[in-house]
Amino acid sequence: MGNVLIIAEQFKGKLKKATLSAITLGKMVAEKSGGAVDALVMGGGVAAAADEIKVYGVKKAFLADSPALENYVAEPYAQTVAEVMKSGGHEFAFAAATAFAKDLMPRLASKFTAGMASEICGVSFDGAKPVFARPVWAGNAIAHVTIESAQKFGTVRATEFEHAKPGEAGVVTPVTVTADPAKCGVKYVGFAETKSERPELTEARVVISGGRGCKGPEGFKILEELADTLTAAIGASRAAVDSGWVPNDLQVGQTGKIVAPDLYIAAGLSGAIQHLAGMKGSKVIVAINKDSEAPIFSVADYGLVADLFKAVPELTAALKAAKA
Amino acid sequence: MKILVTSKRVTDPDMKIKVKADGTGIVTDGMNYKVNPFDEIAIEEALRIKEKGGGAEVVVVGIGGKDAALEIRSGLAMGADRGIHVLCEQAVDSSVVAQILAKVYETEKPDFVIMGKQAVDDDSNQAAQMLAGALGVPQACFASKVELAGDAKSARVTREVDGGLETIEVTFPAVLTADLRLNEPRYASLPGIMKAKKKKIDEIPVASLGVDTNPRVKFVKMTEPPTRKAGVKVADVPTLVQKLKEEAKVI
Repeated sequence: MGNVLIIAEQFKGKLKKATLSAITLGKMVAEKSGGAVDALVMGGGVAAAADEIKVYGVKKAFLADSPALENYVAEPYAQTVAEVMKSGGHEFAFAAATAFAKDLMPRLASKFTAGMASEICGVSFDGAKPVFARPVWAGNAIAHVTIESAQKFGTVRATEFEHAKPGEAGVVTPVTVTADPAKCGVKYVGFAETKSERPELTEARVVISGGRGCKGPEGFKILEELADTLTAAIGASRAAVDSGWVPNDLQVGQTGKIVAPDLYIAAGLSGAIQHLAGMKGSKVIVAINKDSEAPIFSVADYGLVADLFKAVPELTAALKAAKA
Repeated sequence: MKILVTSKRVTDPDMKIKVKADGTGIVTDGMNYKVNPFDEIAIEEALRIKEKGGGAEVVVVGIGGKDAALEIRSGLAMGADRGIHVLCEQAVDSSVVAQILAKVYETEKPDFVIMGKQAVDDDSNQAAQMLAGALGVPQACFASKVELAGDAKSARVTREVDGGLETIEVTFPAVLTADLRLNEPRYASLPGIMKAKKKKIDEIPVASLGVDTNPRVKFVKMTEPPTRKAGVKVADVPTLVQKLKEEAKVI
């Protein structure tokens, strides 16, 4: 026991960077428990992701590569992880807190009637026992919890842990997949990918977010010009997403994406508690808002009380001029 | 057809919460409570499916002390038919909730369960997936669209996932969870509230269910989140650019 299994996430055979944050937590826990850190890559035709992850100081990079796992469905994935954990004596399993892991990990935990900590943002130790810190009430309080079941599960808030550094290379270890997706009552129909030339919201160095003050898709066009200049990702408040101005998966906040870029620019966005929960960890926050009383100013390093329709184009022009 | 929905009593998400000085929890004095907003969306979806015809019964389940009945009643006021109140004074975690719901499920045998994707107090986002796992039935989480098949034996569910929208078909029985944009929940009407007073809520003491109610996740303490230092207001765009370049060094 004491071994840690990291559930890797890949998209089209490429490892998601957020997984590297989960490895970091795994290493912290394993150091105290005296166990090894292994990783598990699942999918169809995803051997490259196992080769990618093995260099980050994992002992074994398990590879469950099978047509049966080509499309993610909770049950066959959970079954595959459970089998690896049982044969590998893994006490802990962690994954980055993405939509994939939020769906998978509780189902996996239920196979052991075990406890799980969601969105782990820190860890301390009571002897060798990890005490996980996790945000509750939209990040307005931090709960510290231990997990008392034999197996312990967690999702990791990627913005709160550094990416694991490459270390000694582990061994890619193939796993026989016994799960049969045809037997689990789920038919995968398809995936409508949001196409974007921009960096991914959760991985971008700069994020520009708009809210109700953008007044419509046109307001976001103005933000996009600024984003082009800064190679930034676009984010949005719930109000903007609910209005249909931008796709759903751009929502930043308690129930959307959690981001922590070097620079976060919030334009025409008031900063409801639920939104702040998703971006308070950013290194530098800039707020541009007409309303000088907007809550966003209480977390902003630099606040500019101005109309975004004037200030943002001016900012874009100034940055372009500086580049030229 | 029978649809099982949940109604969790949570603190009003628009109220600011405070951590108790002794770290044992949050200050509850003066807090208002309401139905978990995601559960409201789930209840609304069940009601819409019912109203489309087919004569579905919508059963709303709540777990908690005496007060939890208020939020079950809110679900009935929206239009659910009947309530089940699992009386449980102690704190529970998602694993215990899932096991309790599994017992209710076994008695009620609904066609499917739909619940909020997460509760806005503990933000765990676990109970539905654990319930589906415990029952060994399909799950369709973070739904932004639910379409029942003509024979009402399965549903096509659009899920909000990273990078786009995924569509799956789940055969009933199944467990679904509601995401923000599934629908806009109705407000309870006055006649609805009046009618709800007469609707039945069955009370079930948790001890009668034979569930191990010891939480697997043990609460140790509550602390304040790290706070950000108050920033400065800048006069104009050129000052902002200068600050970002020379002081923050981020551009």
